[in-house]
Amino acid sequence: MPQESLIDIYIMGKKYAVPESLTIMRAMEFAGYQLKRGCGCRTGICGACATVYRIAGDHEFKVGLACQIRVESGMHLAQIPFYPPLKGIYNIDNLPPSASSIKAYYPEIYRCIGCNSCTKVCPQNINVKQYIAYARKGDIAGCAFESFDCIMCGLCAYRCPAQIAQYNVGILARRLFGKYLLPRDLQLQQRVDEIQGGKYETELQRLMKLDIQELNNHYYSRDIEA
Amino acid sequence: MYTSQMKELIKKVEETRPMRLGVDFPRITTEEGQDLLKKFHPDFIEEGFRELQVGVNKGDRVPRELADLLEARSMIEHIELDLSEIVCDVDVLIIGGGGAGAAAALMAQEQGADVALVTKLRFGDANTMMAQGGIQAADKTNDSPAIHYLDVMGGGHFANIPELVYALVNDAPKIIKWLEDIGIMFDKEEDGTMITFHGGGTSRRRMHSARDYTGVEIMRTLRDETINKGIKILEYCPAVELLLDEEGKAAGAILYNLETEEYLVARAKTVILSTGGSGRLHFQGFPTTNHYGATADGLVMGYRAGARMAFMDAIQYHPTGVAYPSEILGMLVTEKFRGLGAKLVNINGKQFVYHLETRDLQSAAIIRECSERKLGIATPTGTVGIWLDSPLIDLIHGEGTIEKRFPAIIRQFKRFGLDIRREPILIYPTLHYQNGGLLLDDNGRTNIENLYVAGENSGGVHGRNRLMGNSLLDILVFGCRTGSHAAQKCQEVKLKKLTLNHVHNYHCQLENNGIDTGGRISPLLLPNYTHREVPEMQTFCGSSKDFGQNGMYLA
Ligand SMILES: Cc1cc2nc3c(=O)[nH]c(=O)nc-3n(C[C@H](O)[C@H](O)[C@H](O)COP(=O)(O)OP(=O)(O)OC[C@H]3O[C@@H](n4cnc5c(N)ncnc54)[C@H](O)[C@@H]3O)c2cc1C
Ligand code: SF4
Ligand code: SF4
Ligand code: FES
Repeated sequence: MPQESLIDIYIMGKKYAVPESLTIMRAMEFAGYQLKRGCGCRTGICGACATVYRIAGDHEFKVGLACQIRVESGMHLAQIPFYPPLKGIYNIDNLPPSASSIKAYYPEIYRCIGCNSCTKVCPQNINVKQYIAYARKGDIAGCAFESFDCIMCGLCAYRCPAQIAQYNVGILARRLFGKYLLPRDLQLQQRVDEIQGGKYETELQRLMKLDIQELNNHYYSRDIEA
Repeated sequence: MYTSQMKELIKKVEETRPMRLGVDFPRITTEEGQDLLKKFHPDFIEEGFRELQVGVNKGDRVPRELADLLEARSMIEHIELDLSEIVCDVDVLIIGGGGAGAAAALMAQEQGADVALVTKLRFGDANTMMAQGGIQAADKTNDSPAIHYLDVMGGGHFANIPELVYALVNDAPKIIKWLEDIGIMFDKEEDGTMITFHGGGTSRRRMHSARDYTGVEIMRTLRDETINKGIKILEYCPAVELLLDEEGKAAGAILYNLETEEYLVARAKTVILSTGGSGRLHFQGFPTTNHYGATADGLVMGYRAGARMAFMDAIQYHPTGVAYPSEILGMLVTEKFRGLGAKLVNINGKQFVYHLETRDLQSAAIIRECSERKLGIATPTGTVGIWLDSPLIDLIHGEGTIEKRFPAIIRQFKRFGLDIRREPILIYPTLHYQNGGLLLDDNGRTNIENLYVAGENSGGVHGRNRLMGNSLLDILVFGCRTGSHAAQKCQEVKLKKLTLNHVHNYHCQLENNGIDTGGRISPLLLPNYTHREVPEMQTFCGSSKDFGQNGMYLA
């Protein structure tokens, strides 16, 4: 492997020289950190690794996922500690899919000042401000679809001047949508009933008793849907 | 960004693309398949395995890296512990906060049990969160649990335990229904009909999904529900050893607070292990798709306590792991790409294997193409791969299909300047799933009384090879079954004195068998990636040892 050039970065104030091709996460490990918090999937899908950073000489704080951002020379960084928002405790089985349900648990959404900070930081490029607006209007479907890609990394809440934990609003809307507004699959219900009624029992019992050779024959001669 | 050399090679893929449209490559016959596996599948590389010298599976062959952890000393050997100082005292203790653990917790609580769920990282930092493809269930009119049964058995090379497969396929529609009830946003037609796909080894389209966020959607919703139900949750607090009672029945666990480094005693009437897989052990130097905490802890704890393992020599390598760019090396490219018609082609733009073969056969075929046949595509970092012709999907199903079906993965590649809607993806097999684990019965019981197991750390359901979409199903079917049964069992359990004698006995066995544990302690808990050096290249690749493949771990 060709020797890679090293760059200086600052992890919580301390300077380390790391290869420039690494992500923030791998650079921290290269520097000697054995990560405990702030590391899950390592592929940008679990939201465990929110990180704040700044490039030397620039005043602007940037945020992102440590497993998805490459280090830059002069980067000052820290992992964002555990973020403890208040989560509504609800019974999804008797919550109507309406604005009032969301308002009951997250009244702070009405304090949104439309600053758009949340949208700007979202690593999933979600229009976060918009899904909060949908929630306010009681557009459950709008909020559910707009927030669907949310990986609950907490960065939006971290930036919100109105102290909203947007991702908790999003999941409530999605669950209401999935449960009450998305039409049910009737064939699925029918299959559940058929199984309960024992419709497939004989066939299954027969298959369970076959020896490997017979099973093998069945398997290789089964028809495959196009 | 692909290099100019790679872009040049992509032209060949584009040239031959129209010829692949609507033409199916011949399927591999049973005999050919056996031969292919023997020569090229990592499970048949003898150096990758060794026989266990102690414990209930003595004499069985398991991956070396796992054997090293099983034949190691306990992390708590030299720790002073007062077992009467109990900090967590519940009916059911669930170890591992992934999908199996969450489902078990919900069902156990529904049965009236007092439940605690302890987990190593954040609740939901788990393989479940990473599943992109989907979940199987035979709910369509042209399908049935019996047809599903046959697919599962064939996929597992008929080694699966029939009663477990019966439970899996029979409960499947009920589980999908349950997911609808808790508010999962499945992909559906306007009238509510589930949109379903093929996966490798399926004979019917029965893969249900929530775009390519299926695991995320299931995990975040189960987590939300578990919190709503007031179940006790302890994060960053892995279990490091099981506790047994004086009669040798499971009765709790020693927990370890990762931050304060304190050890805590948890007592329970029944214990469920749901710690997931072992990809982070990097068997044979392969990169992995698994999350950071997939270190086989459940196997280690269970085995020390005397629980039996099954099929731990059958490891699943997913044929399509990312081979380029190196930042996401090993990351999964879901099988749904092939389900929708994307095919595998070599450096000459030629297809070499039917795109819907089972995973083991496809992985072996890719390794053969790159090693023996030397028709792989080399990358600038020294790895090699095969093209997964993703743009074919839009050609088959219409412009915009990839965009609609794979938003998450498009984004993951876009971050590194690749557009998988227009350019093929370079892939190579990646360590994906442990087909085996602690042996369970259809209620999740192990051979140790009051010790249950559910999810990827269990073994038997999938035989020697799991099909895509059957693991999410497995963790929910057996998570639920196990949770219910463990809760009911509590009513007849009498609390007795807690002991760690089994750990002491295990150490004696190691000594009596003259095993040099070389300073190894286990469970591993967290992989060690604090290498100063970028890890060495590893050589593997089928039986052709002269061909180097970069097995750089980190991704
Ligand atoms: C990238 C990827 C894609 C996949 N795609 C699909 C798919 O499309 N369809 C499908 O069916 N399957 C898929 N799978 C497989 C499936 O996701 C997993 O097998 C399944 O989710 C495992 O669930 P689990 O609950 O058993 O384990 P996990 O979800 O991994 O949960 C285990 C939990 O236990 C915790 N833990 C570990 N050790 C300890 C300890 N010592 N103490 C306490 N807690 C501990 C872990 O941190 C983790 O939270 C995929 C897997 C991966 C990695
Ligand atoms: S919406 Fe918020 S929590 Fe969700 S991914 Fe975007 S920034 Fe993260
Ligand atoms: S950051 Fe907060 S206040 Fe600003 S737009 Fe987003 S939700 Fe509204
Ligand atoms: S570790 Fe999961 S998003 Fe970074």
